[in-house]
Amino acid sequence: MNWPSLRKSNGGPPSSNGRIIEMNNVRKVYDTGKVRVEALRGIDLSVAEGEFVAVVGPSGSGKSTLLNLLGCLDTPTDGRYLLAGDPVADLDRDGLAEIRNRRVGFVFQNFNLLPQLTALENVEMPLLFGGVGGRKRRERARDLLERVGLGDRLEHKPTELSGGQMQRVAVARALAMDPAVILADEPTGNLDTTSGVDVLTLLSELWRQGSTLVVVTHDPALAERAQRVVEIRDGLVVADSRNGSTSH
Amino acid sequence: MTGLGMTLRQLLRDLATQKLRTFLTAFGIVWGTVAVSLLLAFGEGLHRQQTKSMAGLGDRIVIAWPSRTSKAFEGIGRGRRIRLSEADIEFLQARVPGITGISSEYSDNFKVKYGDKVRAVDVSGVSPVFGVMRNMIPQAGGRFIDPIDMEQRRRVVFVGNEIATDLFGKENPVGKEIMMHGSPFLVIGVLKAKDQDSNYSGRDSGKMTIPATTFRALTGQKYMDNFIYKAAHPELNKGLTKLIIAALGRRHHFDPTDDQAVQVWDTTDMFAFFDAFMLGFKVFLGLMGVLTLIVGGIGVSNIMNVVVDERTKEIGIKMALGARQRLILTQFLLETMALTGIGGAIGLGISLAICVGASHLGLQEFVGNPVLSPHVAAFTAGVLGVIGFLAGYFPARDAARLDPVVAMKL
Repeated sequence: MNWPSLRKSNGGPPSSNGRIIEMNNVRKVYDTGKVRVEALRGIDLSVAEGEFVAVVGPSGSGKSTLLNLLGCLDTPTDGRYLLAGDPVADLDRDGLAEIRNRRVGFVFQNFNLLPQLTALENVEMPLLFGGVGGRKRRERARDLLERVGLGDRLEHKPTELSGGQMQRVAVARALAMDPAVILADEPTGNLDTTSGVDVLTLLSELWRQGSTLVVVTHDPALAERAQRVVEIRDGLVVADSRNGSTSH
Repeated sequence: MTGLGMTLRQLLRDLATQKLRTFLTAFGIVWGTVAVSLLLAFGEGLHRQQTKSMAGLGDRIVIAWPSRTSKAFEGIGRGRRIRLSEADIEFLQARVPGITGISSEYSDNFKVKYGDKVRAVDVSGVSPVFGVMRNMIPQAGGRFIDPIDMEQRRRVVFVGNEIATDLFGKENPVGKEIMMHGSPFLVIGVLKAKDQDSNYSGRDSGKMTIPATTFRALTGQKYMDNFIYKAAHPELNKGLTKLIIAALGRRHHFDPTDDQAVQVWDTTDMFAFFDAFMLGFKVFLGLMGVLTLIVGGIGVSNIMNVVVDERTKEIGIKMALGARQRLILTQFLLETMALTGIGGAIGLGISLAICVGASHLGLQEFVGNPVLSPHVAAFTAGVLGVIGFLAGYFPARDAARLDPVVAMKL
């Protein structure tokens, strides 16, 4: 299976040194004025190109905050973060939007598809924001949906699809702009076992073909498939281990 | 913009799925548009009708009556009667520049007979130019007094439309002979019916007009009752009046500042006053309409706030996928503008239909027929554009400022 690519060569920019994610002492503080919550207390994390990292940890440990920062949905209070070699800590909203569009592909627990749009239009969405023209956009979206096995569901709305199919649309959407990293937040959390295995297989397939994956999960099956498991507790990385059994 | 088609498709889908809300929102705009455009259209119709009626007396002419002096001048006491004759008109034409038309007018009440009908009719003796200046337009098949009538003192008569109906009934008056002041006169034309809201010796529809030369020959009257004149442009009338009074003052030895020696009615004053009045009136009507439209706009803005609330999650998702703030802003702004545009188009359509319908109600003589002029339409469209933009801008800005993390959690 070959994934269609927007870039000519499938690799990060030369300046990234093979490191897709480079976080040093990243802190995130939520300060509402009355309550001050320190969600992340100094995270050091480095993810190389082509790695499959599972981020695990109990609820409230800061996993989601970390994922939001990794995906440039939010900015750190303190610390340094290079995404594919580019510093992103000081970008404005439109700068962050552009990074999200080009460098990051999100897969969410609750799919986050736009309900009024067809599967095809949902996959077109990031391409639309990335300024890809109409014909090329549709062709690429169709290609991607065919690769995730939904070639016969192009004109279906999310409500007409099963959970597993919705998540596969979301994966196709995440791949649309050929991002440097795919960030998944509990991608199997809302799926039955069979569909969950399907999506897991799909993600593993992507990884084998060279994609970089960071997946936040509670699911031991998922963590097992990952090459590397990073454990977060109370806003700090407490363990970082490689799954010896998993091979590339 | 690449995606404009997609945005529009989505918009149409949204509008179609929320039919009731779309209808209620658009209704405020429709109502406001009808209010603005119809009020202005009625204002415009009233203005045109009144202007037309005023023009029935003449198109921005000045009417002057030789009268009595009210100031002593060059050793002559006041109260002296000023009499003007045809020689004075020739003098003015020769000496005062800027007169584009001038005619003396001699008036009397004559006994007129046709068949066995006898009427006492106000008759004026005038020059050919009087017809154009006083908007006395002949019906098809007739004509006004011409220079040859004048030169040869022909006994020809131009009759008002109402007196014509009174005397001739269903007969065609042109070519018929009537007896006036004991002499036979040939009818050469009948006045085309016109609106006339002011006069100085009876409405033209009930009067008869003959050549001034014939009038003088018939009556032996040497001095005119009044004369009318106009300048090339209405705004030059005032200056021309000054020159004419000064010239007459020199010739007849009265003080040029004496406003009683020759009394003047400049009908442009009436037009200027009425134009100013109507401007004020239209501003008032327009303001009423605009306020109604603003209320509609507030309704749209509220609905758009609801829409933004409903779609907060969608906005968050789009932002996560890389939509820039501007794109979110544009999406909601476009949606509001489209909603306003559709409402406005329907409103203008309704107004147009009402305007056409109203012209069949026979209100023309009183308030005129409403006119949906390009000005009115353009003004309404402009106001709609501004209101649509403002109604959409603030909800759209709120949408664009959402935090994607928070928005997606909802």
